Amino acid sequence: MYRHFLTKFGQSLLLLFGVLMLAFFMLRLTGDPATLMMSREATPEQVEAFREAMGFNRPVIVQFLDFASNALTGDFGDSLHYRIPALPLVLGRLPATMQLAATGLLLAVVLGIPFGLLAGFKPGSLLDSIGRFLALMGQSIPNFWLGMILIIVFAVRLGWFPTFGNNEYNSVALPAFVISLPAMGQMIRLTRSTVLEVRGEDFIRTAHSKGLLPSTIYIKHILRNVAPPLISVAAIQFGYMLGGSIYIETIFAWPGIGQLLQQALGWRDFPLVQTVTVFTSVVVLVLDLLTDFAYMMLDPRIRYGR
Amino acid sequence: MEGNSMAAGADNLLDVKQTFWDRLRYFSLFLKRDTSGIIGLTLFGIVVFAALFAPVITQYDPLDQNLADSKLPPSWTAGGTRDHPLGTDNLGRDLYSRIIYGARVSLTVGFIGVIIALSLGVLIGAFAGYIGGKFDAIIMAPINLVLSLPYMLFVVFVASVLGRSLFNVIMIFGITNAPIFARVTRGEVIRIRETAYVESAVCAGARWWRIIFDHILPNLIGPLITLATFEVSAMIFYEAGLGFIGLSVPPQVPSWGNMLAAGRLYLTSYPWIATFPGVAIMFASMGMNLVGDWLRDVLDPRLRRSRK
Repeated sequence: MYRHFLTKFGQSLLLLFGVLMLAFFMLRLTGDPATLMMSREATPEQVEAFREAMGFNRPVIVQFLDFASNALTGDFGDSLHYRIPALPLVLGRLPATMQLAATGLLLAVVLGIPFGLLAGFKPGSLLDSIGRFLALMGQSIPNFWLGMILIIVFAVRLGWFPTFGNNEYNSVALPAFVISLPAMGQMIRLTRSTVLEVRGEDFIRTAHSKGLLPSTIYIKHILRNVAPPLISVAAIQFGYMLGGSIYIETIFAWPGIGQLLQQALGWRDFPLVQTVTVFTSVVVLVLDLLTDFAYMMLDPRIRYGR
Repeated sequence: MEGNSMAAGADNLLDVKQTFWDRLRYFSLFLKRDTSGIIGLTLFGIVVFAALFAPVITQYDPLDQNLADSKLPPSWTAGGTRDHPLGTDNLGRDLYSRIIYGARVSLTVGFIGVIIALSLGVLIGAFAGYIGGKFDAIIMAPINLVLSLPYMLFVVFVASVLGRSLFNVIMIFGITNAPIFARVTRGEVIRIRETAYVESAVCAGARWWRIIFDHILPNLIGPLITLATFEVSAMIFYEAGLGFIGLSVPPQVPSWGNMLAAGRLYLTSYPWIATFPGVAIMFASMGMNLVGDWLRDVLDPRLRRSRK
């Protein structure tokens, strides 16, 4: 068990190294990060001075080692726009994004899993059709568009919710609902198919023939097997929400990491863009590690297997 | 190629000698039982039709600005005119024409992007899976890296560095989606490599390229087509998202994402500008998703019985 976890941890460290490499080299895809970050009106002398100040004229490998070792100590350089270290800026925006993503995930779980269960217990029923329709909608509706439609209907026309920001107690409702939809769709699908799969297993037939109550079978035998895949989907979807927050936070002017990223792109503040990217990736990697740990706790086969 | 015709029919229940019409009838049998498949094909057919015949079914140039007619509402609301069925945008461009032409951008990105991703991914996955060992480990490490990251963030990052152009968007999506195809291909290749008929081909002295391309890859056509369908839908979606934050094709190009971005600025006063492009994205994406579901059922016999 510890060995399994240690291997996984080692892999995560390698991935972290990969993330740093990607973030570093992506900025240099055009060959010249200095012109990329300067405004178009900048004179060649200004660009040259900037290149000097940022250290872009050093050998690439030296730059990378410098970037990586600084990043590991939490120093991602200064934001060009704010002229203060980038990481604290990102951390300051973190609570708002976490609130949004956590509420969204909660909504997806609370609405998605019951629908998936009901659909899985009675395939072909009306509930099943509704569930599948909802899942398809969650997959196909662009959520940045839906966000705008909901603002028009519920915030502007009906006035039930504020149109933007995070200043009122019900501010989170619309953005969280919108950000939860794709996750909800996937949870309905996955729960439904897992229930259908587990229902056909031998041990369920045995349970039935032992004369156990159907409710006991559903709760003790089926639900337990639905849990592990749902945990990994929840973790993956949480990662998507962090990445997709750039759309939702832009529409709803939600003061989180996504909005910061959108602003940073507008300012050509690439150190800040880089920091957001690396930071969010680290969060996703940590989530992945935690999922693996949860799997070990839930599934005895993994716990004792290796 | 004989292996090909078998896999394209994706079923050996029927006789090997099928004509094209036999196969079409066979596919339509499944379609009859699957209403969502029909809906999907219809929706997607409409989008393809719009893209192909855009100049025929629209009467305005999507780039023509006419400030006198700007911000007109749709024809069925007060103040709308027959000339502009879905109204006009902030620069007086006809929304209907722009949406129809927008289908071209979306489909170009979706299809060419998927073709690039598919070719790259299958090539990488097939070699990694077939050769195995250290080669596999080295090739798959960056692939697994890309697959475990917050995808959209990296796409946004690269797009902002490279700048707005159709070529860049297609290349970004083509390359960043290759890992998914590589992973699926690799898994299947490893499974098929162990089968008896591949072993017998090896014994018969077939070369490695012959084994990969003639004996292994034809078996992958079914799963790959299904995956490609879902990926087209995903790319249409991602392109629109990128356009929405102003990082896809140049702003004057009529693409659904760009239209949404423009519409957001006039959301409260002229809501129709942002409404209709979103409907178009939803149609295209839903159509492709339904087609994907249907294809998965038809092409994978193992799944057929589980579906009610």
